[in-house]
Amino acid sequence: MIADPLLAISDLAIAFRTGHGVARVLDGVNLSVGRGRIMGLVGESGCGKTTLARAVLSVLAPNALIEGGTIHFGGLDLLALPRARLETEVKGRRITFVPQDPYGAFNPLFRVGDQMMEVMKWKSPRRQPYERGFGPLLTRFPRARYKTDREALIALLNEVQIPDPERALAKLPGAFSGGQRQRLLIAMALMTNPDLIIADEPTTALDVTIQAQILKLLKRLARERGVSILLTTHDLGTAYEICDEVTVMYAGQDVETAPVAAFFTHPRHPYTARLLESLPSPNREIKEIGGEVPSLLAPPQGCRFHPRCERASPECTASRPAKSGTGGHIVRCFHPLTMAAEVAP
Amino acid sequence: MRILALVAKRLFWFVPTAAGLIAVVFFISRVIPSDPVALIAGETASRAQIEVLRTKLGLDRPLPVQLVDYYRQLLKGDLGTSLFTTRPVADDLFARLPATIELTVAAMLIAVSIGIPLGVISATRRNSGIDHGLRIASVAGLAIASFWLALILQLLFSMKLGVLPLQGRIAGFPPRAVTGFMTIDALIAGRADRFWSALAHLALPAITLAVPALATIVRFTRAGVLDTLGRPFVDYQRATGIPRALIVWKYVLRNALTSTVTQIGLLFGILLAGAVVIETVFQWPGIGTYAFEAILHSDYAAVMGFTVYAGGIFMLVNLLVDVVHGLIDPRGGTA
Repeated sequence: MIADPLLAISDLAIAFRTGHGVARVLDGVNLSVGRGRIMGLVGESGCGKTTLARAVLSVLAPNALIEGGTIHFGGLDLLALPRARLETEVKGRRITFVPQDPYGAFNPLFRVGDQMMEVMKWKSPRRQPYERGFGPLLTRFPRARYKTDREALIALLNEVQIPDPERALAKLPGAFSGGQRQRLLIAMALMTNPDLIIADEPTTALDVTIQAQILKLLKRLARERGVSILLTTHDLGTAYEICDEVTVMYAGQDVETAPVAAFFTHPRHPYTARLLESLPSPNREIKEIGGEVPSLLAPPQGCRFHPRCERASPECTASRPAKSGTGGHIVRCFHPLTMAAEVAP
Repeated sequence: MRILALVAKRLFWFVPTAAGLIAVVFFISRVIPSDPVALIAGETASRAQIEVLRTKLGLDRPLPVQLVDYYRQLLKGDLGTSLFTTRPVADDLFARLPATIELTVAAMLIAVSIGIPLGVISATRRNSGIDHGLRIASVAGLAIASFWLALILQLLFSMKLGVLPLQGRIAGFPPRAVTGFMTIDALIAGRADRFWSALAHLALPAITLAVPALATIVRFTRAGVLDTLGRPFVDYQRATGIPRALIVWKYVLRNALTSTVTQIGLLFGILLAGAVVIETVFQWPGIGTYAFEAILHSDYAAVMGFTVYAGGIFMLVNLLVDVVHGLIDPRGGTA
């Protein structure tokens, strides 16, 4: 385990009230992100990784129900923190967000610069606690701070390689390509000097050639600033590209956490091993994971992977396995693969 | 520049649109089965006398010829002579126009300034008690017959409570006419008492006229806001942690208003039609009462004149709407 993690999620359980019943989307998830580290949250669609990301950002849908667990962030208990403090000090300020869809993230009717400076107005690291206005609609942007904030933003736009930032700020979102918009969004995520960036599938909507550029940029800028990243992805290549550690989720449970190298060479959870085998490789045939992802309305008891697992035994149905493993390599399985077992690369 | 090009393009289309409108109304007014010549000539006139009068008025010629004649007159700013008042229709209408503009603009201001906020509130509290209440109220607002509402308001506020005047534009002498708008003229004259009197007279007809427009604006704003709230940039903005009210009232509303503003342009036509009824009930001396009288008397020239005016106002308002739309949505290409 990480000694003093920036973000520590323990036994987080979240359910959604739906028309068909209660969906238990997160079932006791544990996850830690160290300071300056990049944690990849890997899993198939619907495994709960986006819900986890949204819980940390505190933008869960209104029908979400937090049933248990804690989210500790930099000494704050986010789930117990008063709403006002969460909104002003944490959300968008110390924890920022890079969304999945760069095309939809900007309001098409407002200039990019106006939208970015709006966030600066409320979330700039130079914002003083004594700044007061008349509510959200009548508060003015203090002149002096506006100037320094704008200069800081322009410097950042240069860093994310937006050509001619001054003019870019005066343009409407429609004038930018998907890759450029994602660069703008990365700048937006960095401009408040956050401690943690939540990146939810940040490159899924982009062309493959652009994906690598964006990932490298995000990684370099985060490293330079010592910012941690929690990156969700269903693409193992993306995780390999930029992450330090990887946590695998299956059907709302964390099954394995490992340093990125060990994750790819020595997977210990049967699900992780099968996930890696499902990757295309020139040396072997793709193996599918048999069966189907379970319904979260009526999930299997115990380890949720057991109905699809070759190694499953009666105890897997009875209860959820505890954490085991050494160093940073944690697995939650009664019958983990031994460290020696290697998946053909 | 973009806005100017848009205005130029719209102005260019004014001519064929207006010509088409006039032709349609011209033919409709001529197929009404009543003979205005007989009306003018009086009950005792003989058939021969009527025909002589008809030739004199030029109403015996083929309809297309009459229409071309009408276009020709129109280019000279001549809307013909009222068969009834025997005064030039253009003069009559011009004198009465400010009263109607004052009434419709007041109604529109009420509808917009109340309707848009209510629409936003209804959408942000979807399926709450407020939302359900507003939705029922807006359906009712559209369904209520305006002459009935006018009578009820008169009964309540003028007859029973006695707080607002029953009809007319002002009590006592009007202020010196500068703009023709009674409220503004009173302010120019520096007469507060005249201003309040004019405003009090304006209140009931303006509210009555505003009700259906208000209901429509609430509905369109609600739908627009709901639609926009589901778009991904709203979700992203929430994650940036900027104040929620700001997201709704500044960012979401602007997107929602693109459809509401278009609707406001169309509503203006409905308001002008409504003005005919409302002005008659409240004895408001605008072009609506004039049109009402003209229709009763089969006064071709006056009915046509009203239509030309109403059509012109409608086109101008929609030009204005396009400009506002262009300002709200800077992307262009929507014209």
